[in-house]
Amino acid sequence: MRFAVLVKADERTEAGELPSEQELRDMGNFNDELVKAGIMLAGEGLTDSSKGVRIRYEGGRKSVIDGPFAEAKELVAGFWILEAKSKEEVIEWMKRAPFQSGEIEIRPIFEADDFGENLTPELRAQEDRQRETMKARQEAAKG
Amino acid sequence: MAPPDINRTIDAVWRIEASRLIAGLAKMVRDVGLAEELAQEALVTAMARWPDTGVPDRPGAWLMATAKRRAIDLFRRDKLLAKKHAELQRDLEEEEQEAPDYATALDDDIGDEQLALVFTACHPILTPDTRAALTLRVVGGLATDEIARAFLVPEPTMAQRIVRAKRTLSEAGIPFEVPRGAERAERLASVLQVVYLIFNEGYAATRGDDWLRPQLCAEALRLGRILAGLAPREPEVHGLVALMEIQASRTAARTDAAGEPILLLDQDRRRWDRLLIGRGLAALARAERLGGERGLYVLQAAIAACHARARRAEDTDWRRIAGLYGVLHALAPSPVVELNRAVAVAMAEGPAAGLAIADPLLAEPSLAGYHLLPAVRGDLLFKLGRREDARAEFERAAALAKNTRERTLMLRRATEAAN
Repeated sequence: MRFAVLVKADERTEAGELPSEQELRDMGNFNDELVKAGIMLAGEGLTDSSKGVRIRYEGGRKSVIDGPFAEAKELVAGFWILEAKSKEEVIEWMKRAPFQSGEIEIRPIFEADDFGENLTPELRAQEDRQRETMKARQEAAKG
Repeated sequence: MAPPDINRTIDAVWRIEASRLIAGLAKMVRDVGLAEELAQEALVTAMARWPDTGVPDRPGAWLMATAKRRAIDLFRRDKLLAKKHAELQRDLEEEEQEAPDYATALDDDIGDEQLALVFTACHPILTPDTRAALTLRVVGGLATDEIARAFLVPEPTMAQRIVRAKRTLSEAGIPFEVPRGAERAERLASVLQVVYLIFNEGYAATRGDDWLRPQLCAEALRLGRILAGLAPREPEVHGLVALMEIQASRTAARTDAAGEPILLLDQDRRRWDRLLIGRGLAALARAERLGGERGLYVLQAAIAACHARARRAEDTDWRRIAGLYGVLHALAPSPVVELNRAVAVAMAEGPAAGLAIADPLLAEPSLAGYHLLPAVRGDLLFKLGRREDARAEFERAAALAKNTRERTLMLRRATEAAN
């Protein structure tokens, strides 16, 4: 099973404060452990929200909103994608993370099967249409 | 507030700590079987105590101290093992003075112990199946009933197999160490073989109706990734990881809604897992950067990568694949590899060229019961318009298939050829 571990932002991360050398080393060691345990698939830290944008969709209209965004605790400052046997395994690992304060959130990732078969036939049809279009274009190019 | 399910938490702690714990103990007592039993006893103690006391802050250190105390008790009763006693007592005292920090887990020593554990569990003195079971047990931290389920044998049978394996290692006096020099390459091959055997047991499910037993694939991938961390300078380790990541990336696309297998070229490639493909290609690049002659796994991963890179089946670089199969065949001659080369050549140059490579394989005794030979020949004959020959081959393939689903697929193609 896959899990996303979301690291919440706080005042420090939102102020664009960079981690200290010690913090970087601790996090590096922790990541190393996750990799060596064979459970870490991906993981990244995010810049503060002042460098981000939001796109809001409303009744088909799109508006682009520049950061920063309020409510630091509702923002994400980083994430891991982990592969583990159970949620408890992720909890046990994350208890060892070198955070002194703050909050993380563990969320199971949908497996392909979770979507059921609703998605597949539709996707297939979409791909077939795309292929036909490609073919038609190639034929047209040949003239 | 108590956690909702302490048993699941203990299970998780065990999974995280088992291999480090067993490896550390094995280094002291020089016996993987004994080390595993000591670790198990510590786990049993934890299961009795933790529901009341809660999980300690450093559960790994707690389990290790408990297991060592148990070892000392045991040695006091057994004079023959008395020599070990003093050494253990000293270790334990040192540890209690400065409780091991989690960061010490990064020490190379511990990596070496864990690598020694992998090498010992995969020792060639054991049969490949037994190596796989023991590795899942002591390195993967799986319970015996889980391993039994995964290998479709009754739990007592699996328990016995593991007990016998531990005894065999002990009686043969197999040293607990990372082999060096010429032996290392040979022993590493055995380790990689075991990991890939576990993966394939899950991926290909040669028995029963399950096309895929994903748990075993996940375990093998995890073992492979652990191994890559323990032996980062071995190109073949990265090659094996790359191969498994790329094969696992196709999991969601390999079967249809009814659970019927979908062949590689018919798969909906958008259902391939891009994250795993990316990881697989990165692992392959690491293997290639390390240089040296390309080994079996690096070559197979390179072939899998050709498929992974092609967004559409028709974009596949079949010439490159045919070439890689040629190199693979030169390195480790095998009629199965030759059959795969026949398929690649057929795709690159047409069915007649492929058939010219596949036909001589009919004389190969080792392929006499192999259903994929008639399956491939059937396909090539069908493409050449020789429908009656094709139908006969598909029927032969159906009769030889070990798996219900594969049999169904072959029968369907036979019907298709007849119409």
